[in-house]
Amino acid sequence: MGLHAIFFYLFAFVAVASAVMVVSARNPVHSVLFLILVFFNSAGLFLLTGAEFLAMLLLVVYIGAVAVLFLFVVMMLDIDFAEFRQGVLQYAPIGALIGLVVAAELILVVGGSVLSPQAAKSIAMPIPPVAERQNTAALGDVLYTHYVYFFEVAGLILLVAMIGAIVLTLRHRQNIKRQNIARQVARTPETGVEIVKVKSGQGL
Amino acid sequence: MDTFFWTYIWPALIIVGHSLLTLVCLLVFIAFILLADRKVWANVQLRRGPNVVGPFGLFQSFADLIKFVLKEPIIPAGANKVVFLLAPLVSVTLALATWAVVPVADGWAVANINVGILYIFAISSLEVYGVIMAGWASNSKYPFLGALRSAAQMVSYEVSIGIVIVTVLLCVGSLNLQDIVYAQKTGLGTMIGLPNTFLDWHWLSLFPMFVIFFISGLAETNRPPFDLPEAESELVAGYMVEYSSAPYMMLMLSEYAAIMLICALTTILFLGGWLPPFDFWLINWVPGIVWFLLKVILVFFGFAMAKAIVPRYRYDQLMRLGWKVFLPLSLGMLVIVAFVLKLTGWAG
Repeated sequence: MGLHAIFFYLFAFVAVASAVMVVSARNPVHSVLFLILVFFNSAGLFLLTGAEFLAMLLLVVYIGAVAVLFLFVVMMLDIDFAEFRQGVLQYAPIGALIGLVVAAELILVVGGSVLSPQAAKSIAMPIPPVAERQNTAALGDVLYTHYVYFFEVAGLILLVAMIGAIVLTLRHRQNIKRQNIARQVARTPETGVEIVKVKSGQGL
Repeated sequence: MDTFFWTYIWPALIIVGHSLLTLVCLLVFIAFILLADRKVWANVQLRRGPNVVGPFGLFQSFADLIKFVLKEPIIPAGANKVVFLLAPLVSVTLALATWAVVPVADGWAVANINVGILYIFAISSLEVYGVIMAGWASNSKYPFLGALRSAAQMVSYEVSIGIVIVTVLLCVGSLNLQDIVYAQKTGLGTMIGLPNTFLDWHWLSLFPMFVIFFISGLAETNRPPFDLPEAESELVAGYMVEYSSAPYMMLMLSEYAAIMLICALTTILFLGGWLPPFDFWLINWVPGIVWFLLKVILVFFGFAMAKAIVPRYRYDQLMRLGWKVFLPLSLGMLVIVAFVLKLTGWAG
């Protein structure tokens, strides 16, 4: 248990510290890099609780795909940082309000088990040890049986969102040359070359 | 104190020992693989390749190592120093960290975890950060263009690699790398009554996926013909332009470690890992790691030959291949494989 605690505090401390750096870093690219560090440490925390599948998924989806696009966009943007900083105080009250709401919810969640131990027990399902029942199989069993319709609907919504994004940004540009590989491959000497008799002194 | 030693320190020492052994073997292997790459390339072009240091130039990589370490690292004045130096460190750490779960023989892995293949997929999808950070921190045009190209390329080809891996996992039913190898003990060959041979491995039953995986692996590791992030004819050397001495060596090392990982992954997923090609007493007597290494070298020979004989793709052709050819093909194959497994009841 000692090692467990050491790693928990290590991951938790780095996660919180880099979360602070995400909002306080001056350079937006540094902010995104710290955000990646937050994700990475959260994946470590997931691992400590035995949720190995979720930990890997967090790495693949959030760090491997979402944060890459994030970094991509932030690197390409041309932001005037001085102008960016001016409005910070103006938004501070709203930020504080959101922070308060999130803090209150966290306290409720954590405090729930203290206020009524029965309620917490009824929600929590017994978790079998990893050696007996693997994360992946357990999640798959639940997702593809009890919640299959919800799962499919979620997939469909994502598909619609994807198609929507493509439709919004698709432009059919005129007057550009496109490569048609099938036509290139199908070219033969007969179709590709035209042999013409040129009379001397006249040209074509 | 005694129990503390046996419960905490001793297991930690064993893990450190395993890791160091794997690391040293891997680095020496990479040194010779680098030489093999240059030799194959040279032979295809009727050159001799490195032949001065040691017999047949065998120690060329070690001479290069000494040269890289002894030279002065130059950091550009306009570079973001911390990120600039962090990028090679991140790349090399991630590239070597993936090897922790690779089983080189039956039970020979530093960590045999249940989600091994997902771990490899996750960590190798992080490798793009080394490239992006290197390109951005250099604060110059060519590295930045190289980094942008690389980010788009690696993210695109990860999609088809992921779908190919899912197809293999459908046939196996486990995310554990050792289980994936065990599942290839029986297959198409045993189904038609042959004894255990190389025909059982997934390369035959999933042949289209094997081809897609190999080509996507080339693109994922920025190998020619898809080496657009470092295209030396247009971007000089892409994201590596501003790097010199030890940081450059680390970027190079991480690239080759990633290539070896893709070779090892091809071996595990499609070529039966450490399994011998025939069920015959003399061949069974050869230790599994020899078969594993031979298969890895075979796949790497394919990588090296592709570098030597295939001209470089244009960027739009690369994207077309990834999104318009491989993605529909691998998605279609995934559906077909799932249906076949379900209808025939082979999935178990």
